Amino acid sequence: MAPSSVFEQILDYSHRADPYSLYAELRRTPVARQEDGTYVVSGYKEIVALLHDPRISSDRRNLARPPGSEEGATGLPGFISTDPPVHDRLRRLAMRHFGPPHSPHRIENLRPELILIVRNLIDGVADRTRIDIVDDIAYPFPVTVICRLLGVPREDESRFHVWADAIAESIGPGEADRAERERRRTDAQRELGQYLGGLAEERRKNLGDDLLSGLISYEGPDGAMSPADVAVTGSLLLVAGHETTVNLITNGTLTLLRHPELIQRLRDEPDLVIYTVEELLRYEPPVHFISSRVALEDIEIAGTTIPKGAPIALALAAGSRDPEHVAEPDRFIPDRRYNEHLGFGAGIHYCFGAPLARLEAQIALSELARRLQNPRLVTDPPPYRPSAGLRGPRHLLIEVDGVTQTTP
Amino acid sequence: MRVIVDLTRCQGYGQCAFLAPDVFTMNGEEALLYDTDADEAQREHVLRAAAACPVQAIHLDRMATQHRGMRTGAVVSPPVDDGFRKTGRIVIVGASLAGARAAGVLRRDGFTGSLTLIGDEPYEPYDRPPLSKQVLVGRVPADHTLLPRLREVDAEWLPGVAAAGLDLAARTVRLSDGREVGFDRVLIATGARARPWPNPEEAALDGVLPLRTIEEASSLRERLAARPRRVLVIGAGFTGSEVASVCRDLDLPVTVVERGPAPLVGALGGVIGDVAADMQRAHGVDLRCGVTVEALEGDADGRFRAARLSDGSTVEADVAVVALGAIRNVEWLRDSGLAAGVWGVACDAGCRAVDINGLVTDDVFVAGDVARFPHPVYNFQFMTLEHWGNAVAQAEIAAHNMLSDQAHRWPHLSLPVFWSNQFGTSIKSVGVPTFADEVVIAHGSVEERRFVALYGYRGRLTAAVTFDRAMWLEFYQGLIERAAPFPPDFRATDRPETLRPVPAEVPERLEATQVTVMVTGHDPAERRATLVHGDR
Ligand SMILES: Cc1cc2nc3c(=O)[nH]c(=O)nc-3n(C[C@H](O)[C@H](O)[C@H](O)COP(=O)(O)OP(=O)(O)OC[C@H]3O[C@@H](n4cnc5c(N)ncnc54)[C@H](O)[C@@H]3O)c2cc1C
Ligand code: HEM
Ligand code: SF4
Repeated sequence: MAPSSVFEQILDYSHRADPYSLYAELRRTPVARQEDGTYVVSGYKEIVALLHDPRISSDRRNLARPPGSEEGATGLPGFISTDPPVHDRLRRLAMRHFGPPHSPHRIENLRPELILIVRNLIDGVADRTRIDIVDDIAYPFPVTVICRLLGVPREDESRFHVWADAIAESIGPGEADRAERERRRTDAQRELGQYLGGLAEERRKNLGDDLLSGLISYEGPDGAMSPADVAVTGSLLLVAGHETTVNLITNGTLTLLRHPELIQRLRDEPDLVIYTVEELLRYEPPVHFISSRVALEDIEIAGTTIPKGAPIALALAAGSRDPEHVAEPDRFIPDRRYNEHLGFGAGIHYCFGAPLARLEAQIALSELARRLQNPRLVTDPPPYRPSAGLRGPRHLLIEVDGVTQTTP
Repeated sequence: MRVIVDLTRCQGYGQCAFLAPDVFTMNGEEALLYDTDADEAQREHVLRAAAACPVQAIHLDRMATQHRGMRTGAVVSPPVDDGFRKTGRIVIVGASLAGARAAGVLRRDGFTGSLTLIGDEPYEPYDRPPLSKQVLVGRVPADHTLLPRLREVDAEWLPGVAAAGLDLAARTVRLSDGREVGFDRVLIATGARARPWPNPEEAALDGVLPLRTIEEASSLRERLAARPRRVLVIGAGFTGSEVASVCRDLDLPVTVVERGPAPLVGALGGVIGDVAADMQRAHGVDLRCGVTVEALEGDADGRFRAARLSDGSTVEADVAVVALGAIRNVEWLRDSGLAAGVWGVACDAGCRAVDINGLVTDDVFVAGDVARFPHPVYNFQFMTLEHWGNAVAQAEIAAHNMLSDQAHRWPHLSLPVFWSNQFGTSIKSVGVPTFADEVVIAHGSVEERRFVALYGYRGRLTAAVTFDRAMWLEFYQGLIERAAPFPPDFRATDRPETLRPVPAEVPERLEATQVTVMVTGHDPAERRATLVHGDR
């Protein structure tokens, strides 16, 4: 068998626990064509340039296809897979109920509730000495939050969890098995959309202050969202709010436990967690690849021409460790300043939920650091989920001497 | 705590407005307004906001100088040290944005000699853009706009005293109080002041106000807070338009009188000027273009009451804002032998001043609004800019070059970048929009006032202007720097199938006519240029 390329090695599950040395190799050619026709971009400068380049599309219908081949599925549901002006309009309509300029206090006002949810989750494991950070804290926390925000009953979790996982696992770079992955995803997406569409219709009769109510009822200068758009936008928010933050909190806990002196620092320096979360987004980010982009034109970049119609994968996690961009890229510096990382992407598709994700991670990590007594890893590295694009541990088992009670 | 946002970098991601909503607000989709002096109680929120900004545009308390360079330790100290850096004497005249920034960079780059800042204003250096925005609207008191600390820069600061002359032979700056300050190298950063209303008696009427300084901003704010019947704004450049916008935010009736065919024409040309005109009218501004104010009238108590316009009409108002542009502060250089005039102080691309013979000086540097410099991208034409970003960038170049020998000097080649927030819209530009013969809407919709307009000159891309589309600006900046063809010939998102360029309707470049240069002598060693001052 031919020796596999760096990129193929990255996709290979055996490298999930530590892809970073492979990223360094990848960066030697910041824009590199792969066997399957994908252009993988790994330099910070190049990634930022392409994320701000209007000749790049997030709509995979722009892929060049051999004549006669079938039209592919269109990627993740919702505006993440659309281009302006459709994208901008839908994002604005959704943002209206989520953040500035129309709802600037919405996320900030959630803070007390977020703290309470985390405290309750930690209380729930207080009598144990062995905790699975993923199943006990990092997964249930953001799911509870996104459910409340959207207005989705938490009890339905077992239903939509399956769909959300199927969707999340199906995205990722690489064209070889893409068709098969997309087929699996389409089914899950349809069911999730139907579920959320149904909820939104019910909500229309009985509006609340949740996002689904806002999406289904608002009409303004940008018009209204169609019921179909409400269903896909709801799906997008549920999946994105569900499958990413869990990794940030888990990767964060893992990194803290690999640098145990940090735990005491987080207890002593309350502002530190702000910078630590940014550094995590740079150093151990949940999203390693954006693999949805297509070139609308021949694009000259870093001495390569990406031909019109070619798929592009942006290796965010490699770019955030580019030594041309950041000093000591492979060191975790919890109080690093002027940290311009790619954890949430950049440009018009910059993560919609970033402020929420930041707040969730800051709260979870400071509460964990404060309350877990002498925490230590049971296995290092932990087992990872399969995806190379959305990368994170499947479980993170730790042992503790005890759990400090919340001061009432 | 002092907050300053580098709005040249800000792309309107709004992360700050999520995380510290009581300090940062989005006024519309992308136009950011913020408290320049945030309450201590907001500290944690502000830290969160600053850490989250995707382009790291928020500076707290201290203004990091050129933080982009800090990434990889790229801040290169000039290698040669002639002793000057340890024991030299540097004087900076003009203690505002450019002066303060240069002082910071000098210290950062290892200058340990004596550093003196001379400023005729009584305040620590402050930031002017908020004056026509946050301050006028009443969100921030005028004197809460101080720039992040200068005090941390170890410098002797002479506030409230003007420089009255520059003696290049004796290497001294003469102060208005008669003192003299010696230097080895000097930086001229005296900026500009508001052009006053030309008739002094009318200008003295109570209620007639310019806008450039803290005092002017706080008097104007007081007037607006007293809810005048109507505000008259004379001139619809950026400052005038921003004042009109604030009046509408405050629900005050406002009339804008503009000599040209539309607002902002001098900076952006007639095509985008028309868009600005529609925007003003849609927000309830009584906009009168192609008209001039002929006279300002007062009542018996000397209070401004009405203005007579060239079309025979009269506007009754209690406040008249004089927004006729700026005059460069060069009078103190009149006998210095430098090429200083109404156009500013001429310098080379390395910020070294040019004398009236056109010779470059070695120890006199210029930066900011007062500098007139050649830009290679624009056919080496000399230009003066009144842009925040230019003052910062040029000050850094000047400071660097003050510490460097010939081999290590940098040229000031950054493209001009400008922003303005008005009527809930963020307007940004890169390049020189008036250096154009055609303009085309490349993305978005003019009707929605969300678009990217591109400017071209003889088939080359020369500028881009965005309305609430700041995220695309850097891409076009790159194309301008690479002299890309105009109109662009590529497919892109949110773009009409065919692009239709139209004439740009930019004003003729005005040449200063008040000053004449005479050349005397025959022999090359004798030939000299002499400035002939007109009587302004
Ligand atoms: C109301 C307003 C709004 C603005 N908004 C924007 C905006 O939105 N975007 C943008 O890009 N730019 C904006 N600008 C422009 C920006 O503020 C200027 O480009 C910037 O202030 C230039 O800095 P400077 O240091 O070169 O000059 P200045 O700020 O003019 O400073 C010069 C200093 O020198 C002092 N001085 C003058 N003569 C002497 C002397 N003989 N001796 C001692 N001191 C002297 C002056 O008093 C002043 O303090 C705005 C300006 C104003 C006035
Ligand atoms: C740590 C957690 C998170 C990370 C690392 C993350 C990362 C990202 C990235 C990299 C993108 C860019 C995708 C692209 O350019 O194609 C993105 C987009 C997006 N994210 Fe997140 N995300 C996180 C949490 C969330 C949450 C909590 C939500 C919902 C509340 C959310 C909603 C979205 C949406 C809707 C988009 C699409 C934006 C657009 O296309 O305009 N994300 N996210
Ligand atoms: S780019 Fe930075 S400063 Fe500008 S709005 Fe976004 S977060 Fe705020």
